[in-house]
Amino acid sequence: MIEISGLTRYYGDLCALDHISLVIEKGNILGLLGPNGAGKTTALRIITGYLSPTSGTVTAKGISVEEHPLEIKKMIGYLPESAPLYQDMLVYDYLNYIADIRRISPDGREGHIRTLADICGLNEVMHRSIHELSKGYKQRVGLAHAMMGDPEILVLDEPTSGLDPNQIVEIRDIIKKIGREKTVIVSTHILSEVEATCDRVVIINEGVIVADGSTEELKRSSESEYSLNLSLKGVALDDVKNLLAPVQGISGIEETGTDDGTHLFRVRCHTPEDIREQVYNAIKQKDWTLLEFGRESKSLEKIFRELTKEN
Amino acid sequence: MVVPSNVSFIFKREFKVYFISPIAYIVISIFVGIAGWLFFSTFFLFNQAELRDFFSLLPIIFCFIIPAVTMRLFAEEFNVGSYEILATLPVTFTDIVLGKFLASLAFIVIMIVPTLSYAISVSLMGDLDWGPVVGGYIGAVLLGGAFSSIGIFASSLTKNQIIAFITGMIICFALTLIDKVLFFLPGRLLGVFQYIGADYHFQNIARGIIDSRDVVYFLSVMFIALYAAHFSIQEKK
Repeated sequence: MIEISGLTRYYGDLCALDHISLVIEKGNILGLLGPNGAGKTTALRIITGYLSPTSGTVTAKGISVEEHPLEIKKMIGYLPESAPLYQDMLVYDYLNYIADIRRISPDGREGHIRTLADICGLNEVMHRSIHELSKGYKQRVGLAHAMMGDPEILVLDEPTSGLDPNQIVEIRDIIKKIGREKTVIVSTHILSEVEATCDRVVIINEGVIVADGSTEELKRSSESEYSLNLSLKGVALDDVKNLLAPVQGISGIEETGTDDGTHLFRVRCHTPEDIREQVYNAIKQKDWTLLEFGRESKSLEKIFRELTKEN
Repeated sequence: MVVPSNVSFIFKREFKVYFISPIAYIVISIFVGIAGWLFFSTFFLFNQAELRDFFSLLPIIFCFIIPAVTMRLFAEEFNVGSYEILATLPVTFTDIVLGKFLASLAFIVIMIVPTLSYAISVSLMGDLDWGPVVGGYIGAVLLGGAFSSIGIFASSLTKNQIIAFITGMIICFALTLIDKVLFFLPGRLLGVFQYIGADYHFQNIARGIIDSRDVVYFLSVMFIALYAAHFSIQEKK
């Protein structure tokens, strides 16, 4: 549906996007994840035709954004970051204006605007001026704006920012519902949002894709990397290292603290297999006093932090 | 049935916005007040039933007023960020520039309509020659169009409305006064600068003689300035 190839964008000397390539299928919700300044918004702006890439191409249904911007803009509903709407218009007038430009026929227009108002919870504010609205309501108007005319592709830049927890759940449900039939790209830096709504996650950092897959895949790939936390009484680090040297899959052992003769160790493992049993049996043979023994898997948050931490 | 174009939707929105805030009414009042005061303060001294003085003042007044009318058209959108929404809707850059230009031109026409009352008052006092008056109003619309396209170009350069206003004003002033301050230039060169000057062409039309050269001049200024604005927003990509 959307094909991004070798997308690069410079702002002066600053490289915001560095040869990004992606294929996004129809009926998919793609979460674009990354820290602030990673290049998420730049990527979305190029996809929607607001910015031109320095090099690379974006096509939707085989149509190039650069060559046929009007055709692409008809296909895409876009909610920019923090919904910069026309402050001086009434909500209804604003949606009507967008309906004009999106060429919604007068027959079905009222019904369509009403449906969007229902979905986005705008019925109470339809005749209020946009500048009077709270941030959450502005965000909802922005969402209704993006959905006007049922575009095939929806690009949402941080759609839930500024919403209260109930609204966040509502908006996520809407996104999930839309995502069944359409292509949705959501940018966010909220991890729980990606877990709750997206089929696929692309993590970008400093303009480069550092991870790409479903949330399950990302977690599974991290399952081969975990650590075992041991708490042993009166045992030195070197003894532990010697003891566990024959065990396969250990990438490192470090002491993380001591407490009244009790030493805390972290055994970093890099293997898809669970080596807890081997480690336990080795300790049992030495007859050391084992006070604590636990496995720590990586959360999505930890994966995100590791992938995007500054070099 | 004529299908309304994107230009008409953008025009309608921009035109309505002028009248949502009190600024439009303030601008119109200031214009009508200043133009009326400057005109009538010397009108009775000459005791002639004509509007020549009013039209000779108009270019200078337009230099202040029109950049103030157009300054927000792009600068405000850039500043608030709504331009991102406009630019990602299925409209072309030409639709955007033309829609905004026609809205400002329509506002200027509405702004000068109340001054028709000066012409009517004068015609009641004496025998008014309507030829130069009609010419003057046609010239005013052409001049208003030229200056508002310059103002739109200035607004497309920046997100700061004050900078847009000052830039627009300087260009309008330069076009109005260029043939007056260059009196020390040799005669042949002066002719060239006179042709560039907006006031020269406006005063020709305001005499009641509509020469195609003057009309072409104003249309060219509009085309060049709007094209420059188009180029300026396209470059922002």
